[in-house]
Amino acid sequence: MFETASTTPEKLLQMLSALLLFAAVMGVILFIASRVRGKRSDNWVGYLYLLPVVVLLAVGLVYPGLRTVYESFFDAHGEEFIGVDNYKTILTDNDQLVVLGNTIIWVVLVPPLATAIGLVYAILVDKSRFESFAKALIFLPMAISMVAASVIWKFVYEYRVNQPNVNQIGLLNQIIVWLGGEPVQLLITDTGRLNTLLLIVVFIWIQAGFAMTILSAAIKAIPDEIVEAARLDGVSPWSMFFKITLPSVRTTVVVVLTTLAIGTLKVFDVVRTMTGGNFKTSVIANEFYSQLIRADNQGLAAALAVVLFILVLPIVFYNIRHVRREA
Amino acid sequence: MFGQSGSSRSRVALAGALGVGLVLSLAACGGDKKDDSSGSTDAASAGIDCAQFSQFGDLKGKTVSVYTGIVTPEDTPHKKSYEAFEKCTGVTVKYEGDKSFETQILVRAKAGNPPDIAYVPQPGLLKQLVDTGKAVEAPKEVSDNTDKWFGKDWKSYGTVNGKFYAAPLGANVKSLVWYSPKEFKDKGYTIPTTLDELKQLSDKIAATGSKPWCAGIGSGDATGWPVTDWVEDFMLRVNGVDAYDKWVSHEIPFNGPESTAAWNAVGDYLKNDKFVNGGIGDVKSIAATSFQDGGLNILEGTCSLHRQASFYAANFPKATKIAEDGDIYAFYLPGKDASSKPVLGGGEFVVAFADRPEVKAFQYYLSTEIWANQKAKASSGWVSANKGLNIENLTNPIDVLSAKILQDPNAQFRFDGSDMMPAAVGSNAFWKQATAWITGQDTATTVNNIEAAWPKK
Amino acid sequence: MTATPVATTPELKAPAPSASAIAKKRLSSPWASLVAIVVAVLWTLPTFGLLLSSFRPEMDIKRTGWWTFFSDPQVTLDNYRAVFDEETGVNLADFFVNSLTICIPAVLIPIALAALGAYAFAWINFRGKNILFLAIFALQIVPLQVTLIPLLTIFVKIDISGTFWPLWLAHSTFALPLAIYLLHNFMKEIPAGLIEAARIDGAGHVSIFFRVMLPLLIPALAAFGIFQFLWVWNDLLVALVFAGGGDEVAPITLQLANITGTRGTAWHLLASGTFVSIIVPVTVFLLLQRYFVRGLLAGSVKG
Repeated sequence: MFETASTTPEKLLQMLSALLLFAAVMGVILFIASRVRGKRSDNWVGYLYLLPVVVLLAVGLVYPGLRTVYESFFDAHGEEFIGVDNYKTILTDNDQLVVLGNTIIWVVLVPPLATAIGLVYAILVDKSRFESFAKALIFLPMAISMVAASVIWKFVYEYRVNQPNVNQIGLLNQIIVWLGGEPVQLLITDTGRLNTLLLIVVFIWIQAGFAMTILSAAIKAIPDEIVEAARLDGVSPWSMFFKITLPSVRTTVVVVLTTLAIGTLKVFDVVRTMTGGNFKTSVIANEFYSQLIRADNQGLAAALAVVLFILVLPIVFYNIRHVRREA
Repeated sequence: MFGQSGSSRSRVALAGALGVGLVLSLAACGGDKKDDSSGSTDAASAGIDCAQFSQFGDLKGKTVSVYTGIVTPEDTPHKKSYEAFEKCTGVTVKYEGDKSFETQILVRAKAGNPPDIAYVPQPGLLKQLVDTGKAVEAPKEVSDNTDKWFGKDWKSYGTVNGKFYAAPLGANVKSLVWYSPKEFKDKGYTIPTTLDELKQLSDKIAATGSKPWCAGIGSGDATGWPVTDWVEDFMLRVNGVDAYDKWVSHEIPFNGPESTAAWNAVGDYLKNDKFVNGGIGDVKSIAATSFQDGGLNILEGTCSLHRQASFYAANFPKATKIAEDGDIYAFYLPGKDASSKPVLGGGEFVVAFADRPEVKAFQYYLSTEIWANQKAKASSGWVSANKGLNIENLTNPIDVLSAKILQDPNAQFRFDGSDMMPAAVGSNAFWKQATAWITGQDTATTVNNIEAAWPKK
Repeated sequence: MTATPVATTPELKAPAPSASAIAKKRLSSPWASLVAIVVAVLWTLPTFGLLLSSFRPEMDIKRTGWWTFFSDPQVTLDNYRAVFDEETGVNLADFFVNSLTICIPAVLIPIALAALGAYAFAWINFRGKNILFLAIFALQIVPLQVTLIPLLTIFVKIDISGTFWPLWLAHSTFALPLAIYLLHNFMKEIPAGLIEAARIDGAGHVSIFFRVMLPLLIPALAAFGIFQFLWVWNDLLVALVFAGGGDEVAPITLQLANITGTRGTAWHLLASGTFVSIIVPVTVFLLLQRYFVRGLLAGSVKG
């Protein structure tokens, strides 16, 4: 079952045997857990339940992560210890500062905007006759791979010179032309970070569906009695939103914001496929890839990954405090 | 480095573009395939002397795995060209084409999972692979073959730290300018034979009110590499091959006067609003245009000249007639004067990660003139620097032109410099800074930034 | 106020507003409807443009915008034929099977593991719980790229490279931190009384997990399952590294990326190929959506 499967039945058979093997492992764990007795049994059951998780994470994430921290203090080929030089580069080099700045713009804009759009839309279509259809429309981008999303948006952002016999094939530039303007080379214009903002639009377009789906579920969890009672009290739609809806879904909003913020920090495919990180649009995760693979600079790449760790810490701390206060 | 840089990037792109051409019409695809197979049937029955493989022992039932960046549909002629070898020896060649070859081969080598054989499109990557300690030296039989069929310069590209690892496979010529023979005939333009004449021609076309040159350097995260080819071509022409060699090996700085002169010479074309970007837009539009689309406007008549390698042929629509008397053709980007003939180009190299007899035998086969001719018959848009390659076996006029340029005894061939520079420059800073240069950064800043990116040791 | 699910069956609590209530609400907010429609159109238009493009001839796609279709309708199925054509070597059918083979275990395994793990974090008291939970939460930020070479080395050493195993294991591992975090949040909201009652009845953690927790969790599991399915189905990076370039295990995204050329030129193929590749995820979502929304977080507000 560990050989390469080349025909469809072989593939399906391999999949089935993998699932059976997995079920057997789970069965053993649960069997042992059900036999554990005694004062300390909770401890043992807890560890047993987490055993497969911890093993996978230790090998698949912790060990590579620690290696990365270690490598970040070495030179391009991991041969010579150079202290914090890589970090100095990230914080002083002009190109790297642009990368850092862009990452911050992304993480400041994407989570709140995607969440806000998702929340507002979820409320607007809630209980309407076309709710599931309306939601499917917003969700659709999430079902599309980022490579494909980039192509979809190329049909929006594409530029063609304003000449006779040349037609715009990008929707946005066509609208600009219809309105009497000159077409703009949208993705290479970094004035006012225009191109970065346009990439952010694509990412929000993909992520709003995630926010909407989770938040919509949370809204449905608000009991009708409360909504009804508020309505009978003559509460306006606005205060309904701020006094009833928002507080009720606050925990979920934090979950969504946190998840989105982390996803945004790691954004890679959109930037890589749309601009390749050129024209001052690179972000840390993309720069990491290009330093590791293209520039063959393992040390700097590792340091960039560590900076990502550091950036996520405030999000983690906020979440802990928030969860504690709730509890 | 190109593949990490241009050359392999473009070769991959070429494959993609060929794919496009092919699927354009299903009938055409079917036709192509038939051509390939008939070519290979000829090959198999061409009566190759199987005895030459007996020196490697009985290989029946053995398998050799080949890993390359050459994907559909360009892979078909490759596979077909192995049939004669497979028939003779009973070896099965397992071919695996992957678009992200250049990065994956390093990952696989570092992880200890390399294929038996890889086709490496740039010497810089070859060096990185040798550094992993997994590559094995080429056997003596292959080394002898390389001495016999290839020039010394080609053998040196496959040599790392004085040891010969990789024999050359295919080749491409980058010093080409695409043009429309019909337009030249109608308007009375002549093909320039010196750089000055090229400039005069450009001025002449610009005087008619149309922009002579068109270019595109977009290539995903490899954006910028076509500019590096321009700079290298002009480095060769403005400063000569010796200065070029020193520049590539960093014996002279990247921000020195020679380099700056080459960049400025390129800037006279690419950053000249009178000269670019025919049918596409202004200078900046070069950065926003994919390299595949960069020269297509020659067919539209809105652009007259496009400097790009021989593999660009695949980007023209299937129905385009590429010939000296056709819709489109290319001329050699002239030297400084008619007597000097520097040629910029690229190619792939066969590196092995195993030394089993069947692997050696296959390496041997690939380094022979027999294979070069089999491959030539099976494919279009392919040449080799193999001196035993018979030009008559080439069907595509551009291939004939490339082969003639490669085999010209006066030509001074030089490998794509960015393919040989350290990755931090050749596949990173050089591209990125070239892109920034096109979108407005001045030459001094550009060359200084690239110099600063050069690894310290 | 804390949103807390009530431990009754979701069906009983499912909101069933009267038709009049809906009508009243809709009448009272024409602006709301307008905003919703504008957002929906904005969100759909780019995809619609691609859908139209996928049926247009190649040269039309490259020379004119998709909206010219309305003045000059030209329709062809060539783009779709091309991505299913054995002759061109771009046959997506095999890659479709690969994607499915990768996805099913890569969704089921992490969900099962995460449910067990999240249960332990939510309802079992053991030493080191909080620190371990935070550590796993923080792991979400480890960029995938840093794991690639060390992991591949391991896969090669235990000789499973070139099979589906590296993909299953890698995707399962990468999904765990988020899965545990989300499922833990859902589980935490199940009233403690239910678990206490079961414990008093003498139930162990195994039977509580299966008898009490699992039925309540099914909506949350389904919800996460859909997201994980989409992530795996659309993944390119992990597949790039662990599928080893072989056609035997490469998913459809990899093949899509291959037919793009190096971006740009093959738009007509990407357009049709994209629509082929999204059929499965969109269908899965549409089929499960109702169930998903009805059950997810069904509950009430506890004061």
